Amino acid sequence: MAKRIDVSGLSAFYGSHRAIDDISMTVEPRSVTAFIGPSGCGKSTFLRTLNRMHEVTPGGRVEGKVMLDDENLYGSSVDPVAVRRTVGMVFQRPNPFPTMSIYDNVAAGLRLNGSYKKRDLDGIVEKSLQGANLWNEVKDRLNKPGSGLSGGQQQRLCIARAIAVEPQVLLMDEPCSALDPISTLAIEDLIGDLKERFTIVIVTHNMQQAARVSDRTAFFNLEAVGKPGKLIEIDETERIFSNPSVQATEDYISGRFG
Amino acid sequence: MNTTPTVPAPPAEPAGPPPSAKGTATRPGDKIFLGLSRGSGILLLTLMAAIAAFLTYRAYIAISENEANFLTSFEWNPQGEPVEFGIAILVYGTIVSSIIAMVIAVPIAVGIALFVSHYAPRRLAAPLAYVIDLLAAVPSIVYGLWGALVLVPYLGGMNKWLDQYLGWTYIFDKTGTGPARNLFTVGILLAVMILPVITNVTREVFLQSPKMHEEAALALGATRWEVIRMSVLPFGRSGIISASMLGLGRALGETMAVATVLSPSFLFSGHLLDPGGGTFAQNIAAKFNEADEFGRDALIASGLVLFVMTLLVNGAARLIIARRKEYSGANA
Amino acid sequence: MDRQPATDTPAPGTLAHRRMPRWAPAGLALASAALGSGLGLAAGWHSKVQWGLLAAIFFVLGTYAITTAVEGKRQAKDRIATSIVWVCFALAVVPLASLTWTTVARGVKVLDGYFLSHSMAGLNQMVPGGGIYHAIIGTLEQVAFATLMAVPVGLLTAIYLVEYGKGRLAKAVTFFVDVMTGIPSIVAGLFILSTWVLTFGMGPSGFAGSLALTILMMPIVVRSTEEMLKLVPNELREASLALGVPKWRTILKVVLPTAIGGITTGVMLAVARIAGETAPVMLLVLGSSFINNDPFSDEQASLPLYVYQEYMLGTPYSYDRAWGAALTLIMFVMILNLVARAIARWKAPKTGR
Repeated sequence: MAKRIDVSGLSAFYGSHRAIDDISMTVEPRSVTAFIGPSGCGKSTFLRTLNRMHEVTPGGRVEGKVMLDDENLYGSSVDPVAVRRTVGMVFQRPNPFPTMSIYDNVAAGLRLNGSYKKRDLDGIVEKSLQGANLWNEVKDRLNKPGSGLSGGQQQRLCIARAIAVEPQVLLMDEPCSALDPISTLAIEDLIGDLKERFTIVIVTHNMQQAARVSDRTAFFNLEAVGKPGKLIEIDETERIFSNPSVQATEDYISGRFG
Repeated sequence: MNTTPTVPAPPAEPAGPPPSAKGTATRPGDKIFLGLSRGSGILLLTLMAAIAAFLTYRAYIAISENEANFLTSFEWNPQGEPVEFGIAILVYGTIVSSIIAMVIAVPIAVGIALFVSHYAPRRLAAPLAYVIDLLAAVPSIVYGLWGALVLVPYLGGMNKWLDQYLGWTYIFDKTGTGPARNLFTVGILLAVMILPVITNVTREVFLQSPKMHEEAALALGATRWEVIRMSVLPFGRSGIISASMLGLGRALGETMAVATVLSPSFLFSGHLLDPGGGTFAQNIAAKFNEADEFGRDALIASGLVLFVMTLLVNGAARLIIARRKEYSGANA
Repeated sequence: MDRQPATDTPAPGTLAHRRMPRWAPAGLALASAALGSGLGLAAGWHSKVQWGLLAAIFFVLGTYAITTAVEGKRQAKDRIATSIVWVCFALAVVPLASLTWTTVARGVKVLDGYFLSHSMAGLNQMVPGGGIYHAIIGTLEQVAFATLMAVPVGLLTAIYLVEYGKGRLAKAVTFFVDVMTGIPSIVAGLFILSTWVLTFGMGPSGFAGSLALTILMMPIVVRSTEEMLKLVPNELREASLALGVPKWRTILKVVLPTAIGGITTGVMLAVARIAGETAPVMLLVLGSSFINNDPFSDEQASLPLYVYQEYMLGTPYSYDRAWGAALTLIMFVMILNLVARAIARWKAPKTGR
């Protein structure tokens, strides 16, 4: 199910502004890769290039290659809609559809992709909610609106919605930054479970979180405000946090800047 | 603000309570100002009440002399012997022409609003919104002139075509051969007029639809249309409804555009393509010049009905908007 | 995974679809336009609108059929939605462009210095010539008096609603101002007719028209001023109040000057709106062929009413004059609009950015 991502020479633009410059890296399947770095270094922008969400922003444009196993996401015959189905995403703020029930939220992606029998759909919804550690909390109110849940529950609902379509890769853009510590812990536990089945990429501002959940960590930085963000290094999380090979990484991690 | 330092020191009542936002004015200046502004508000309310009261009063004068049933009669003969006038034909004409206008204008307006908010290239979208805004300001008499001198001759062919192929539906059966000065043309012209109004309000609502829900749909692999169906339309639904109601209010009360286009009559006909029929506003404009004082009272009576109709429609639109505000506020 | 294979998506794992070339929509549009006009020509339809409708139907159906075959049902739906949205846009452009074009093209024929500086005195509908000077005078006076009455009341009401109003009275005022915005102009005319003319026994005059226009203008002014006052940041008010400035002076010296740009815009848009109102003027001012500078007695002309009356005369010369007056009216309204929006843009983002 999970696939390897191979990025080479990738730059992303907002209009004529180059937001990230010439990034190459490999993301291993069935593992958690964390992106860290100061604000504005382009880590979220880079994340959004991995499922072609960047080009949705007005003026957004990408150069370079992103290989998902042996297919280039930016190949000329590739349909961005199919890419986003294959590479799921969880956002910074929980965003369940406000007009839909909990059940319909989880089923939303499936319904787009074809018709299912009610029984099959029930099964997938239950499995996805269980996969998101939310089933026990909501099983009695599946028909209530998703906006009635707490922030942490909403975010897990969004994760359930994303994994219901069985993506190859799951992108998470600071998924805990709007949550309290207990909900954060729940999500972090969940990430540990999910990496058995998915390739996970997570952007985080919280270095402890990166150290706790990820197998590999990538550090992004920018030379100055207005300059494009760059990948400084990517390595095993343990090495990044104990013995990074670049001085800037160590400075950032030890809190000397950023 | 460089004006604040020049203000004189507060008057000699240092122990007095500070000026509070509730409007408990203690200084004469505050009192006068509050009185003036509250007075204006009350004046507006009084005016609304006066409109209702005077129209009702004059309508009462007219209706108490009426020998026919005001609501169901097909006559308009307030100066005749016997005095007979009724609004049945006007109710029919007003509602039918407004329905035609709504059926045409609402879907197209939603389409244009989506075009401006989600489809048009960005370079085109902003000027387009601006132009639509301007078109909403074109005076109705200009629409009327255009409708009578350009649209009516133009629709002649279409009427023939409709009669030929859809005549079996009865409503599109054209029994005469006159020009297209009928309720169907009026409906189309009203649609053109309210299109900018509905489009503007709907576009505003669509633009406010939360980005994060659109992105959620996109990230699930939704096409652009699916994004709109999943997150933009549900969010904008009440906005579309209230915009349509505002447009409907306009269409119901429109005078000049109908007066120029329609060739009115008080004979009932279910054939939309036959000339004839009338609307409240158009009838007032058409009958005013030949009316004596009593005739005017009769027209005022019909105007009262129009007033109540637009009041209900607009009130409903406002209530929907207010409900939506509460709804989205609770979720924000 | 035991899940049901989706019916119309490719097998998971391939991202590439068969896709239509980029020129496909344009090509289809061209083909259906050709087909539409070809068939229209063959069937002998005169109306180009019918050709266009036919072409539009071909376009939508063709897009659906071809896309379903090449890209699948979901893409087909998406493309159809796109083409319907474009068709909506095109459908709306046709009448609105025609309106603008006709008014300009036919109005320019008669619009000149003579037309603007002469009245209709001594002319009948069977001769060319004449002008709209008397109508311009009338409209300007009627609108000016309406503005003089509506703006103070509107401003003060808006101030009450934003700066003072919290209770039931404010709620009632807000609601009825909204409702008042929707009063048909002819009903406002009938109200003044029932009071000023029928009950108080006054004759027709420009001022009677102004009264009706005032009723139409007040709610617009209240609404727009209210919006602008709400945009004034509360910090400004608090800063002034904290200096010990009385509330009424704070409003006059701090709040209003901050919002003055937006308020001006709102007033100008309201003026543009009522300048084009015909119905109340028709009931109360009645119209005239002569110059009448006194708005307080006797019939007066007015620009929108002039358009209507010349149209009703129904001769080629009167039609020409109607178009000329319509063009003048549109230009007046548009200039007001453009200037108002320019002011709004120039004064606006005090808070933003």
